[in-house]
Amino acid sequence: MMNLATKLVGWIDQRFPLVSTVKAHVTEYYAPKNFNFWYFFGSLALLVLVIQIVSGIFLTMNYKPDALFAFASVEYIMRDVQWGWLLRYIHSTGASMFFVVIYLHMFRGLMYGSYRNPRELLWIVGMILYLALMAEAFMGYLLPWGQMSFWGAQVIINLFSSVPVIGPDLAILIRGDYVVSDITLNRFFALHVIAIPLVLVLIVVAHLVALHHVGSNNPDGVEIKKYKDANGNPLDGIPFHPYYTVKDGVGAVGFLIVFCAVLFFAPDMGGYFLEYNNFVPANPMKTPEHIAPVWYFTPYYAILRAVPPMFGSQFPGVVAMGVATVIFFFLPWLDRGKVKSIRYRGPIYKAFLALFVVSFVGLGWLGLMPATPTYTVISRVLAVIYFAFFLLMPWYTKVDKCKPEPDRVTFK
Amino acid sequence: MSDKVDHSKRRWLFTATAAAGGVAAAGAGAPFVLSLMPSERAKAAGAPVEVDIGAITPGTMISIEWQGKPVWIVHRTKQMLDLLPKNNADLADPASSVPQQPAYCNNPNRSIKPEILVVLGICTHLGCSPTFRPEVAPPDLGEKWSGGWFCPCHGSRFDLAARVFKGVPAPTNLIIPPHKYLSDTKLLVGDDDTGGAA
Amino acid sequence: MRALKIVCLTLLLAAMPVAATASGAAAHLDKAPVNLQDMASLQRGAKLFTSRCLACHGAVSMRYNRLKDIGMSDEEIKKKLELPDDVKVGSTMQAAMDPNSAKLAYGVAPPDLSVISRSRSADWLYTYLRSFHTDKTRASGWNNTVFPNVGMPHVMADLQGELELKTENQGGHELKKLVLVNPGSLKPAEYDAAVADLTNYLVFMGEPAKMVRYQLGMVVLGFLLVLFVLLFTLKKELWKDIH
Repeated sequence: MMNLATKLVGWIDQRFPLVSTVKAHVTEYYAPKNFNFWYFFGSLALLVLVIQIVSGIFLTMNYKPDALFAFASVEYIMRDVQWGWLLRYIHSTGASMFFVVIYLHMFRGLMYGSYRNPRELLWIVGMILYLALMAEAFMGYLLPWGQMSFWGAQVIINLFSSVPVIGPDLAILIRGDYVVSDITLNRFFALHVIAIPLVLVLIVVAHLVALHHVGSNNPDGVEIKKYKDANGNPLDGIPFHPYYTVKDGVGAVGFLIVFCAVLFFAPDMGGYFLEYNNFVPANPMKTPEHIAPVWYFTPYYAILRAVPPMFGSQFPGVVAMGVATVIFFFLPWLDRGKVKSIRYRGPIYKAFLALFVVSFVGLGWLGLMPATPTYTVISRVLAVIYFAFFLLMPWYTKVDKCKPEPDRVTFK
Repeated sequence: MSDKVDHSKRRWLFTATAAAGGVAAAGAGAPFVLSLMPSERAKAAGAPVEVDIGAITPGTMISIEWQGKPVWIVHRTKQMLDLLPKNNADLADPASSVPQQPAYCNNPNRSIKPEILVVLGICTHLGCSPTFRPEVAPPDLGEKWSGGWFCPCHGSRFDLAARVFKGVPAPTNLIIPPHKYLSDTKLLVGDDDTGGAA
Repeated sequence: MRALKIVCLTLLLAAMPVAATASGAAAHLDKAPVNLQDMASLQRGAKLFTSRCLACHGAVSMRYNRLKDIGMSDEEIKKKLELPDDVKVGSTMQAAMDPNSAKLAYGVAPPDLSVISRSRSADWLYTYLRSFHTDKTRASGWNNTVFPNVGMPHVMADLQGELELKTENQGGHELKKLVLVNPGSLKPAEYDAAVADLTNYLVFMGEPAKMVRYQLGMVVLGFLLVLFVLLFTLKKELWKDIH
């Protein structure tokens, strides 16, 4: 038996770099030994991606991308398809959990300076992933063809029509029609089911290759490659397998417990994960009284609403919203701090990061609320804080009093 | 550095975790596989069909849909029934020994009532739907033809008890679906209270 | 660090209840006594639903034979719900009236009720169905305090009787109150119970798999906890190597 297996592996290895690939990425990938809680979210994002792809394939087998049948086909899945309700709730819960995981993953990067030299490209690839994920989620949200699907898409696509000169034509190009219609639904289906997932998977591979090339950062923000043993392996590194496979396994099951608690006991999460109005079929003649995007888009939506129209155009708000997402790309060059990790940063950086979290969560909450005058004022203050975090970064990271970094990672 | 590696504990833990993980994977996979089975809509469409057979003129047939497939109900005349035994020598399975019918139809006429034949209109060769040719000795089918079905796809021939002739591509007689009489003229196709052997 | 975590969590938790009430309606809603395990109530609700609501509304995603989940056999479904001969137990619940004539009659096509309990809350349905009152200014002769100027007439007026919206003066406050002026065949408490059954049924119909979901959820969570403990112990054991 063993002999045969060894022979088979040998046969493959002469024709495909199997053993060396497994070694480079799993058994002999040396990761810092001091990963903490925050380092679970990378592997969890990969887990959710797999969950979404698998559940998505099975949903596609039963869903109909047609304005006449889409809404009913979702209910068909919920009732008539055996275990269809489970597949659908896995996918809808997975969509929200994906963003929970990604936001925590990004926050980890902010805390420990994971975007800094030599990981700038790793960060940029990750940001591209984030943007692709937003597009994927946005298009997927149209598919149930409920009121929120329809009007959410209507509002977001109309943002593009505020672009000077080409705007109106651009919006028509995206919809393929003068309003969001069956045609839009059909093309969003194609993009959601095949185009963007392909891109996502390819970029995830690039993200992992880049990560394993430069090596993982760690909560201390010091490079483990500085000190190596006689074999050339980092002294503070441990093989990913079995130490991190088992540790990430614990994280994965812990995550699945939370995931299943939502999935089985609160799949609509009080109207946040599945909005109540989305159980009303899309009606182009009647807008619901209060519409808000799904929670993971609301920080940007709040920024959009916070910017007043200028020169009779909503375009400045759209630009602010776009900049708010794209500005993350520039972090590696905005940060002038001497150290990477928050553990050795001074009080100013910590204060700014705390304020940023407050503004992000606060904007997210305000994006769900109707735009009253008071809320608009608060949104504006928070939006200013949001941008200040990035724009003032070259200054405050430089003047901040850092603590000395340790030479090697700290491990209890 | 004081603690030693307890290999037997590790092995035990690993086995237990792998077993539990395997169960979890199988449990997670099950709903996905089961979702591929017929849905409630498919089951509803495939539900037994009630047919009123009182209006079928003797010598003709009607075609109804059951589970998306054509089911023929033929009202055979006395003359048609009398001609059936004449075919026996040319048939592949004249006594219907291959179980292509419920036990209650395993008789020379392959039916509950002699004159009413209920048969699944799908050729046992490659699934085409044969053509009804009730006439006797038409020029294209030859002198010996005493009524039956002719499959246009590959030329398989069946008699009016849906039994297959020798020397044609179809290997077996046509299938008789489970059915029962609700009244003298009401027929239920798809259910016979026995779980249906078709 | 620690402070940051606390700030994040507090903010997240604080946002929850506020947003949940953001869509709150103006009218006061009574609490619907929903109990998805009360099969008798669900069956009474199903009977009321098929005899009253299905005249104009459909529930096109719901199949009659799904009522087996609330303890009805195929025979009971046919007999108790008086299915017409051409309707099979595997069929979906179609409205008796076709949508176009319904639209002509009421101005709007009556909405499909398959998932009405998921877009409107159970409390809303329970209150709405008990809040019809006569109104001479409306073409149908009816209005509703929960859904002002609703197109639907009071189809259960024979049960509830006729209510009138009366204005009372209580200590300087103008109070609007629904008053029963013309009793129906049911006593007010009986009518409330009937509407509770109907609401209960509508909640069941909104998501027939809900009880299965809860039951399966307990099993899955229990199993995952076991797996978690095993993996955690294994991780502890393996990480003894790391110093």
